Amino acid sequence: MRTALFITCLADALFPEVGKATVRVLERLGQDVEFPAEQTCCGQMHVNTGYQKQALPLVKRFAEVFEPYDAIVAPSASCVGSVRHQHAMIAKRFGSPGLAGRVEAVAAKTYELSEFLVDVLGVTDVGAYFPHRVTYHPTCHSMRMLRVGDRPIKLLQAVDALELVELPAADQCCGFGGTFAIKNADTSTAMLADKMHNVLATGAEICTAGDSSCLMHIGGGLSRLRAGAKTVHLAQILAATREEPMVLGRAERQAEVHAGPEAVL
Amino acid sequence: MNPPVTLGIPTVPPTSPRGVGNLRGEDRFPAAARRTLADTQLRRNLGKATTTIRSKRAQVVAELPDWEELREAGRQLKVHTMAHLADYLVQLESAVTARGGIVHWARDAIEANEIVIDLVRGKGMDEVVKIKSMATQEIGLNEALAEAGVAALETDLAELIVQLGHDKPSHILVPAIHRNRAEIREIFLREMADVDAGLTDEPVALAAAARQHLRRKFLSAKVAISGANFGIAETGTLGVVESEGNGRMCLTLPETLITVMGIEKLVPRWQDLEVFLQLLPRSSTGERMNPYTSMWTGVTPGDGPQEFHLILLDNGRTAVLADAEGRDALNCIRCSACLNVCPVYERTGGHAYGSVYPGPIGAILSPQLTGIEDNASLPYASSLCGACYDVCPVKINIPEILVHLRAKHTETYAAEHRLPSAEASAMAAAAWVMSDPKRWTLALRSGRLGRILGRKRDAIGDVPLPLAKQWTDARDLARPPKQTFRDWWAAEHGGDR
Repeated sequence: MRTALFITCLADALFPEVGKATVRVLERLGQDVEFPAEQTCCGQMHVNTGYQKQALPLVKRFAEVFEPYDAIVAPSASCVGSVRHQHAMIAKRFGSPGLAGRVEAVAAKTYELSEFLVDVLGVTDVGAYFPHRVTYHPTCHSMRMLRVGDRPIKLLQAVDALELVELPAADQCCGFGGTFAIKNADTSTAMLADKMHNVLATGAEICTAGDSSCLMHIGGGLSRLRAGAKTVHLAQILAATREEPMVLGRAERQAEVHAGPEAVL
Repeated sequence: MNPPVTLGIPTVPPTSPRGVGNLRGEDRFPAAARRTLADTQLRRNLGKATTTIRSKRAQVVAELPDWEELREAGRQLKVHTMAHLADYLVQLESAVTARGGIVHWARDAIEANEIVIDLVRGKGMDEVVKIKSMATQEIGLNEALAEAGVAALETDLAELIVQLGHDKPSHILVPAIHRNRAEIREIFLREMADVDAGLTDEPVALAAAARQHLRRKFLSAKVAISGANFGIAETGTLGVVESEGNGRMCLTLPETLITVMGIEKLVPRWQDLEVFLQLLPRSSTGERMNPYTSMWTGVTPGDGPQEFHLILLDNGRTAVLADAEGRDALNCIRCSACLNVCPVYERTGGHAYGSVYPGPIGAILSPQLTGIEDNASLPYASSLCGACYDVCPVKINIPEILVHLRAKHTETYAAEHRLPSAEASAMAAAAWVMSDPKRWTLALRSGRLGRILGRKRDAIGDVPLPLAKQWTDARDLARPPKQTFRDWWAAEHGGDR
């Protein structure tokens, strides 16, 4: 099976640790992961902000780049959701005849990380070790667009030494919503405040999720509050092992934490 | 070639006219929301009310093993009806007429208000009683009647609270959801001439005070005005579902009944209510069945109103129907389940939307009824979390229509302006960069500014730049890493793959 990593533009630019962790997990499970460097972005930002036509070259590029692979894996439910639910619409509306069919074929083999692990590889115990108190935020697009259900929970429950605590009002949006956080910053902040309140109420050290975008939002808020709790992508938890544990330090000096992606001092 | 003769028939269906009705707010959503978000009492009231009603709904929905089949049936019935709306409307008109009712066609709010005013004046009345109705709120009927010297008395408890408070409704089903009982007590003491000065804020006491206040009006009113939840094409029957019985009083006691019904409230057959009367109460009040379901067909000699007028209201609905991507907004049965689950609505409340239709359904309905440019900020008043789509009893894909309307807005803007907006330019630039991996790689490597900004604690704090400030007012920004993923991969794997 030829497996390609779709890193997503956000993780490529800001959260490379998430990409490295995804590769590490997949390789540990025997996958030979490839990274086609011609990939860029799924185009969701354009579609969701109202610039559908500008998304066409991105949609077309995605199909062309990933067509040769048997499976495409991305550490983001939101971007996979865009591939599955928006690409065909853009292709039909603006693309040349035939593009929609190609786009749909690629979308059908594009998976969010937890889907790929549980459904394609049939694994829930990925051999991870993460001795921390963790709460899981189901991002809107993983919960409602992809319906990943309890796959991430099953993966987390199988992690050695991890203490999983339930997040109150977990199904409520964190308020990110792409350009929503900028266009409706006050409303977004009000939603974020409630999400942070619930995260902190769990007493968890770590809030995890399957999307770097939502984690960037929640993590950015927690970092501003100097709240102590941090956000870490699901892939990073699954990548950590006894031999190569993930070291959590001060939030401000955190290599893997979403509030500050890389320690450089 | 000569232009085609249209005989006054508009080629593009008209939207709801400006200057009348309650579909347009004074401010854009972000500004209005900023104001309502600052009202901590409002946020507490709303948070409490929506949380309660959400869990009630979830409970009664879980009781039905065939809930998903019911939703699908509701969706299909609505899609079918909209596809044959013209035929069913004519069928409804002849069925109502055959049973002694009088049908009026109103292209917009202005025509509908004029018809009602003429009818009320024709009866020589200066007071009418009203059943809570979204259609009459939409067209601003109460305001139009007041201008014509007619007092319209709202008889639904929550609508009465809004009216007495000189306020606007903030929810489709619970128009006074933004008020708590202490505030309601104060409004009653201030505005009800006949109220007991010792009134407490116990819900039972408040309801009793309203009941006493209204009873006299029910008995004296000669004309009642209602909306309709359903109009059945097959039989000409109109239906109203409610909880308090005030509707039943209005529908049965006065001599004349005037019903204003949006043309999309149509269902083809009596049997179709089997589906909708299961979907609606469970979705709206979280009840298995609503307490009062009133149905009437034309006029029945010696029983109920002896004169019945049905006003069929367009007011932009045909324009919505003309948009294949947006028309499902007309399938709405006004249950307000989408409001109750919406994380935006729960925090901003209904007034921020500026229209009588707030929340997710309002964000897709109002801009279509008025034309996108008059409510351009509403399709963006959503994080696209999708909770609304999950609960909609007729499965309206609200997030998809929001995205469609955002595109409609940017395309309308581009067509009307010679220069692209700053946002459009930024989006075009981003697409240009992202559509080429070389340009994308270069752009990533040039992200040095962020690294300097975030040097102190590896997170970027307050940045006084226009767009960034919206973010950094409350959140730190991630500091760009030294090495992007693709550079790491290239270094590790030597080359592209």
